[in-house]
Amino acid sequence: MSDIPLSPLNPEWPRAQAESRAHGGLLSWVASIDHKEIAIMYLITTIFFFVVGGLEALAMRVQLAIPNNHFVSPEVYDQLFTMHGTTMVFLVVMPVLIGLATYFVPLMIGARDMAFPRLNALSYWLLLLGGALLYYSFLTSRAPDMGWFSYAPLSEKPFAPLPGPSFWALGLLLTGIGTVASAINIIVTTFSLRAPGMTMRRLPLFVWMSMVNSFVILFALPALNAALVMLLVDRKLSGNFFTPASGGSAILWQHFFWAFGHPEVYIMVLPAFGIISEVIPVFSRKEIFGYPFVAASTVAIGLLSFAVWAHHMFAVGMGHAMDVFFAVGSMLIAIPTGVKIFNWCATLWYGSIQFTTSMMYALAFLLEFTIGGLTGVMFTLVPVDWQVTDTYFVVAHMHYVLFGGTAFALFAAGYYWFPKITGRMLSERLGRWQFWTVLIGFNMTFFVQHILGFDGMNRRVFTYPDLPHWGLYNMISTIGAFILGFGALLFIINIEYSRRHGAIAGDNPWNAWTLEWATTSPPPPQNFDAVPPVRSRRPVWDLMHPEDPDWKDSH
Amino acid sequence: MAAAAPALTSRYLDPIRLGVLLLIATEATFFVFLISGYVYYRVMVHTTPTAAQELDPFKTGLFSIALFASSATMGVAHRRVHHPQRRGLALWLGLTIVLGATFLLGQGLEYVHLYRQQFTIARNVYGSSFFTLTGFHGLHVFAGLLILLTLTGLVMADRRHAIPDVAFDAAAYYWHFVDAVWVVIFTLVYLVK
Repeated sequence: MSDIPLSPLNPEWPRAQAESRAHGGLLSWVASIDHKEIAIMYLITTIFFFVVGGLEALAMRVQLAIPNNHFVSPEVYDQLFTMHGTTMVFLVVMPVLIGLATYFVPLMIGARDMAFPRLNALSYWLLLLGGALLYYSFLTSRAPDMGWFSYAPLSEKPFAPLPGPSFWALGLLLTGIGTVASAINIIVTTFSLRAPGMTMRRLPLFVWMSMVNSFVILFALPALNAALVMLLVDRKLSGNFFTPASGGSAILWQHFFWAFGHPEVYIMVLPAFGIISEVIPVFSRKEIFGYPFVAASTVAIGLLSFAVWAHHMFAVGMGHAMDVFFAVGSMLIAIPTGVKIFNWCATLWYGSIQFTTSMMYALAFLLEFTIGGLTGVMFTLVPVDWQVTDTYFVVAHMHYVLFGGTAFALFAAGYYWFPKITGRMLSERLGRWQFWTVLIGFNMTFFVQHILGFDGMNRRVFTYPDLPHWGLYNMISTIGAFILGFGALLFIINIEYSRRHGAIAGDNPWNAWTLEWATTSPPPPQNFDAVPPVRSRRPVWDLMHPEDPDWKDSH
Repeated sequence: MAAAAPALTSRYLDPIRLGVLLLIATEATFFVFLISGYVYYRVMVHTTPTAAQELDPFKTGLFSIALFASSATMGVAHRRVHHPQRRGLALWLGLTIVLGATFLLGQGLEYVHLYRQQFTIARNVYGSSFFTLTGFHGLHVFAGLLILLTLTGLVMADRRHAIPDVAFDAAAYYWHFVDAVWVVIFTLVYLVK
């Protein structure tokens, strides 16, 4: 059982790849159906859009640095926050997580590729096309300017006669179809292509969470796609779905959007949980504490994520019953999330902790994500939500979850997996600098925004009056944003430097235990010549420690 | 657990069957939202004319029977796949295509009739939701027809044994799904007044 049969779908696969490599050049990337190459294209594309979205954020922070500023006009400011949000959600966080899953799910389960390699390529190219369409809207004199959740009727023709929102809808529709295709691909790969012995109870947690995440995508994205189709009917065929003036319902857009939008929050964080569940055990030199609970709580989060969407709409006036239902649902979801936090802490307990940059990001994740999670629980108290909705408190909360949570996990993944992808280590020295710069910059930028929110500063307004402390706090936030931007730049410099001059990584630089470390760095086109026998959750540990393998224990 | 029993990849689920079932799941969710949009406007908004007043359940019912019957012919075709020579496969696939096309023709005639009555997608919310819902269903029927035409073409070009069974499974699942969606739409839009 030391060898796996070729994937039944593409027996010609290694030869086709070898031919594609032989031709070389840019065309071999465009034509590639290798999951590793497609994943690298995902990662490069998302880094590019991360820079674009980051520059948009910095332009907003410059505008907000001092009261009554006129760095950008209100019209430009509206476009900036819309494009920043849309870019970061749809062109950075979602695709980077899917890209990581595309690279590592097949490797971690001992497969040669994804189940549908061509569909995999289609998903990526739809993402790129969708991103291009979205940004093409700048050439039509005005980019979308109605906010990333595009509330009707602001997105409708009477308020937005220029084609910006149409490009927004078309772009998201394309990336949305690509995302659904990726989700199908990841689920089928996980269910059908596992190496012999890789049972569901031995599946690495990153694979577990990417798989659950794909189910969430499967049932959440159609809500957005249906709403986008209806918006396009309104805009292009003079439909009446979301225009109250002709009998339509603007509230229905909110329901449809958030029926997608709240599961989306978990789509953006579940794979990050998976990353943390891989990184923390390896650098604690301990197995994860309570594996079944970490996996099962993911399923619980996935299910509950569909029953909380209207907590984004407490201010709409849906009535007491609705408010209570969604408040309780939102409180419940804190329980499985809390289970995970405790599992990670228990894994650290009595571990031999190695403070690599990756681990430091994982530890910072625990802290920052918990802060974001706690402010999230505050919103479930309906009166608190009424008080702070549409203020900078929301902005602070959401960035603690998405930056302090997901982005920190992504940096942890970057330092952890870069050696596998390129064969070279990222510089740890530069990594330390980068970590502290990002940590300080991030907290400076967003912590003060909690206070500004309580003081009543509205989000999405291009400037603010010179009230006591507001100028000071905003200046701190702006300086923090530039420090954070510098930290992100250091990461890109580190990648550029280390991929040429970094230390050679070897197969398994971290002495990690999952199957991706059983092959070379970078892996050969066929991934494995022989997959090690999988008899426990840590096959590579079993391989390295034949005197004390996991499978001799009770589990 | 003691030393794990050796297992073969083949004992896992077939990728293509699973993939199509997941596709159907996500498509079904898409229709759930379009249908709930339609129901919401039917219940909450009171303007005239409504789609329900303009429609002819009898005429559309006849064309719907063609679609429902096509599920049966698809079922027969699906069985022929496992026949040693796959005999009669092209015939039953062809019959399915004819019935599916008949349904689309009926939908086209209905749209023309409604447009002549000035009942358009832009008229009011009923128009918007009726044409979007039934239009997207028609689009799915059309996609199903393309799949069936491809398969029939291959079978008639005598490449029938080059096509794996799962390709027919996938086509059949999808076709039955499209049919099932119409059962719900027809009931809600034409029968519930």
